[in-house]
Amino acid sequence: MAWLSGRGVAAVNYPTGMNLGGDPSQALIHATTTGGFVITLSSVDLGQGIKTVGAQIAAETLGVPYENVVIDTADTDTGPHCMGTFASRGTHRIGNAIMMAAREAREVMMSVAATELEVDAGDLVTDGKGKIHVNGAPDKGISVVDVALAAHFKHGKTISGRGMFMKPKSEVVPETGEMDPDSCQAHACTVAEVEVDDETGEVRVKKLTNAYEIGRAMNPALAHQQIVGGAWMGISHALYETTEPYYPDRGHGPTDFSQYLMPGPGDLAEMESVIIERPASNGPYGAKGIGEMTANSPIPAIANAIFDACGVRVQSLPITPEKILRGLDSLREQSNPTH
Amino acid sequence: MEKIDTSFFSKEREADLFVVGESVQRADARGHVTGQTQFYEDVTFPNTLHLKMVRSPHHHALIKNIDVEPAMKVPGVVRVLTHKDVPNNWYTILKLIGVGPDDEPVLPEDRVLFKGEQVCAVLAETEQAALEGARRVVVDYEELPPVFDVEEAMTSKPFKQAGTNYFVYEGHNCRRIRFGDVDKGFAEADHIIEHRYESSPIEHAPTETTGCTAKPEGSGRVTVYSNTQALYFTLDNMALILGVPFNKLRLVGGTVGGGFGGKVDVIVEPIAALGAMLTNRPVKYAYSRAEEMQVSSPRAAERLYIKDGVMKDGRIVARKITLYVDAGAYCRHSTYGTTKAAAHMPGPYSIPNVHVDAYCVYTNRTPSSAMRGFGVTIGDFALESQMDQVARHLGMDPMELRLINAYRDGDTKAHRKTVDGAALVEVIQAAARQTGKELAPRFAAMSSYQREA
Repeated sequence: MAWLSGRGVAAVNYPTGMNLGGDPSQALIHATTTGGFVITLSSVDLGQGIKTVGAQIAAETLGVPYENVVIDTADTDTGPHCMGTFASRGTHRIGNAIMMAAREAREVMMSVAATELEVDAGDLVTDGKGKIHVNGAPDKGISVVDVALAAHFKHGKTISGRGMFMKPKSEVVPETGEMDPDSCQAHACTVAEVEVDDETGEVRVKKLTNAYEIGRAMNPALAHQQIVGGAWMGISHALYETTEPYYPDRGHGPTDFSQYLMPGPGDLAEMESVIIERPASNGPYGAKGIGEMTANSPIPAIANAIFDACGVRVQSLPITPEKILRGLDSLREQSNPTH
Repeated sequence: MEKIDTSFFSKEREADLFVVGESVQRADARGHVTGQTQFYEDVTFPNTLHLKMVRSPHHHALIKNIDVEPAMKVPGVVRVLTHKDVPNNWYTILKLIGVGPDDEPVLPEDRVLFKGEQVCAVLAETEQAALEGARRVVVDYEELPPVFDVEEAMTSKPFKQAGTNYFVYEGHNCRRIRFGDVDKGFAEADHIIEHRYESSPIEHAPTETTGCTAKPEGSGRVTVYSNTQALYFTLDNMALILGVPFNKLRLVGGTVGGGFGGKVDVIVEPIAALGAMLTNRPVKYAYSRAEEMQVSSPRAAERLYIKDGVMKDGRIVARKITLYVDAGAYCRHSTYGTTKAAAHMPGPYSIPNVHVDAYCVYTNRTPSSAMRGFGVTIGDFALESQMDQVARHLGMDPMELRLINAYRDGDTKAHRKTVDGAALVEVIQAAARQTGKELAPRFAAMSSYQREA
């Protein structure tokens, strides 16, 4: 009896957004008296980090420090409409809306700064550190704080902006399936290395090597958490999870985590990943959605690695030890029918 | 931390950015790790009623009678809600984007279609009293034979109050993709490779189970504190179900202890808000872990048959896919996921002849709905297992087979959208590089920008 080693490959693409019903999200931005910026949304942060990435996008577009931006979400009395957090749409849709709102607010901010400095707004730049100055002349400038104060108390102006992203609804042609359901495609390739115990059918995922193309890594640490979390879910889908172990039979459904198995920290594979950026023409700073895709390529890569290791092709998920052992039995049966 | 390999698409990715691309710390990290983040359950109100559901013990049955009197005798039970209390009992969650018909009751009327379906809601002073009340409700059922298999359901007697056991797409029993001529492709192919793939339902397994608290306000409005993934979606569906103007409702949320698609259904909020409106008291409805696992929508089980026509040199010239999405008892988001699945086919490959029939099928199991990778994850398992089987059949390298068929900029996908921003070739090249695999010069030189002559 032995641990058998194998390697498998899978490559996938994943759509950003899904607009079969129109796919809008909106954002509002306003400056406080002292140059803070508040983004108001009704979007939901599931832990993926839309608050963080949204603030980064606003800071980048406004040209102010990230620390100056606050995100207020989610309350339907104050936040403008958001379709929701799903379909790998948040960074792309909400990000685009925030960018548009930030552009409008920036225009007011720059015009107030221009009035204060008595220069043309077109000659001004932001330094990203809290200052606005004449391009090429860092000394001739004004702080964002002073601009905000002047706007509020001197000029009676609101430094604010409205943003919205919407891809119009795509009707599907019933006969051919012609449609335009998404905004762009992200890509992934996973190489899985596994070991299969030919006595127990147990699988150990030793290593996942991944390449992800996600348009732009807006925040590499958040991309990292998506990649690691998604791979964990992929391993879990491939080898462990189901609410109906004998599907389509309805029996033996788990009702708690002692019955519903998932890999623990010790079952996590070694991971090595690289990110490639091919910015999407319609994404904020080129971003595509990475969220959902990260769980997808590990699953078939592991299935293919299991076949490579032990010759058993399991075509139903999850790939349990029972299915592998039954597969090994039938291979032995074929090679030694009289046994 | 992941490396960013800047050698790919280096011209396109050039940008002068100062904070986008930086790993600034997550805005909510400190709150999460110190336990200070406020979730919906952290907002509590005195006088809150707890809601527990009476659930169907049967996969498929007629409801002959519901007797709530024994529950009302339990100390602490305040009210029991049945379908008669729901102003607009029939809905379908995607009606906001024009999907119909309304196929799901908030609370069932004459039949239950899956085990665990909510039948009536018991409101009580304590969770214990609500659970006890739910146990005392007497429901008379007449059991009916259930159907569990998607292919069987396609031809068996319709079990819903109205309509077929499958969703009807503009007059068709499935979502179709028709591109080229698969029969011609199969006739020309050197090899025909055909396999069946299947998955079982999967739970989202969030740390925080689905739930909400609905609070009646002095103004006559109702505020709902919820962990939904989509506040407006929930609000709009609630207003339709409750028959109240949209501005009577306010949804507060935004911080969720794990969603993964499991919190885009609108199940707990309408009934909690109804309870709040009828009792003028806050009502909390939160799933137990058992309810989260067996009653809340899982990822749909899928079954796929993939038939490929393949040339000796590795070109796939025809791909025919028959796909079944097991929607369970009600539509929810499955009709949408099935279309998404169809659009995803035949994977990131340029295949000249493609034929897809994607069926959204009803069975007597817990309705499935959205989950991370909705419509795509299981399809990818099937497609990429199939690619491996094709490579092995031909004795080809699995990466090279994929590169031969990879889509490129300017190609037309099976759903007739022109490809742009492709990068399948490059992620395969990058993965090869990382694993120390040497691709033959022909494959190492490939690019998504254009197809080599």
